Amino acid sequence: MSNLASSPGEKPGRRTFLSGIIGLVISTVATLVGLPAIGYIVSPGLKRQNPEKWLTLGPLTSLTPGVPTGFPFSRKIKDGWVESTQTGVAYAVTHDGQNVKVFSNVCTHLSCRVTWNEERGGFFCPCHDGLFGLDGQVLAGPPPRPLDQFQVKVENGQIQILLEA
Amino acid sequence: MAETPITEPGRLQAMLEWLDERAGLRTIWKTVFARTVPRTNWFYTLGSATLILGMLQGITGMLLTIYYVPTPDHAYDSIQYIMNEVAFGWLIRGLHHWGATLLIITVFLHMLRTFYMGAYKYPRELTWLTGALLLLIALVFGFSGYLLPWNQKAYWASSVGTSIVGAVPGIGPLLLRIVRGGEEIGAVTLARFYSLHIWWMPLAALLLIGVHLYLVIRIGITAPPERDE
Repeated sequence: MSNLASSPGEKPGRRTFLSGIIGLVISTVATLVGLPAIGYIVSPGLKRQNPEKWLTLGPLTSLTPGVPTGFPFSRKIKDGWVESTQTGVAYAVTHDGQNVKVFSNVCTHLSCRVTWNEERGGFFCPCHDGLFGLDGQVLAGPPPRPLDQFQVKVENGQIQILLEA
Repeated sequence: MAETPITEPGRLQAMLEWLDERAGLRTIWKTVFARTVPRTNWFYTLGSATLILGMLQGITGMLLTIYYVPTPDHAYDSIQYIMNEVAFGWLIRGLHHWGATLLIITVFLHMLRTFYMGAYKYPRELTWLTGALLLLIALVFGFSGYLLPWNQKAYWASSVGTSIVGAVPGIGPLLLRIVRGGEEIGAVTLARFYSLHIWWMPLAALLLIGVHLYLVIRIGITAPPERDE
């Protein structure tokens, strides 16, 4: 403080100089810790842990028109340091051997797994007898909406689906 | 009041005056920082060095708790996450890790200086006493923090370290079970060491540092003894 700057036996500049040095050291340390700390706190929020990804199911020629083919898939899911595996079956359906729709096997009612049921002529959910048609539409039971579809593309004759982030 | 145009520094000065009039900032500054001290040497800065390191340990420690989880199935992985995935995680943990070692060194050197300069004598016995307790607290900090990474070194060092308690005659085995929270080092041990490390020791240290600093400011520090003293 200024009124203390000149105590007896000391040159006026010395105290100011030392205060400056101390201030400089303190602000350097504060910056060296403070700035990285900001990055440390915000970084997980800025990083996508599970980027969207195209998954190859198989050749388009392996499909029989009018009969769904199930492709099991699994994928690692990261939640911070916790890793888990997401599994599912993607049902690929084609009518003309050209255009493909790929359905998720998760029932839209209460997320049970549906399977293709030849006798019933649809995707059947064992939990509450939900039934979906070849194009995913609800035929019977409680499901509120059609089966979810994956985004699909065909490259070099291979069917690929988009696993969302 | 003088009729001077209000410039920015003038306004800042006015704000400080306002605060000072109500909170006595100038008195605090004079008592704590601008107090008179005898002619000393660089060894007299070891206490301040320890205090600064302690503050750094507090801040980096608080940052580490943002990601660290003290359970056997998450402790190791969450530290790997801090080291490899979080931005500057390696730096924050590194500061905490090396700061801990450095702090033990400065605490010890600070104690040696106090001892060799005879600064523990009347009227500063209480300062010495709280300092001795703070040394013990620093050691408990170090020991409890050592288990938290939950790697092989942490596990076995803590296994050996805690077993020392078991050597107490008679009640040793019982004490050991209480310290570990069971027969072996496990989930309970990790949780209680963590609690010790981030709640009980910091609060105890804060309290004792408060007393320690109050006494230093109230009594003042010693000059290095003269040759004929």
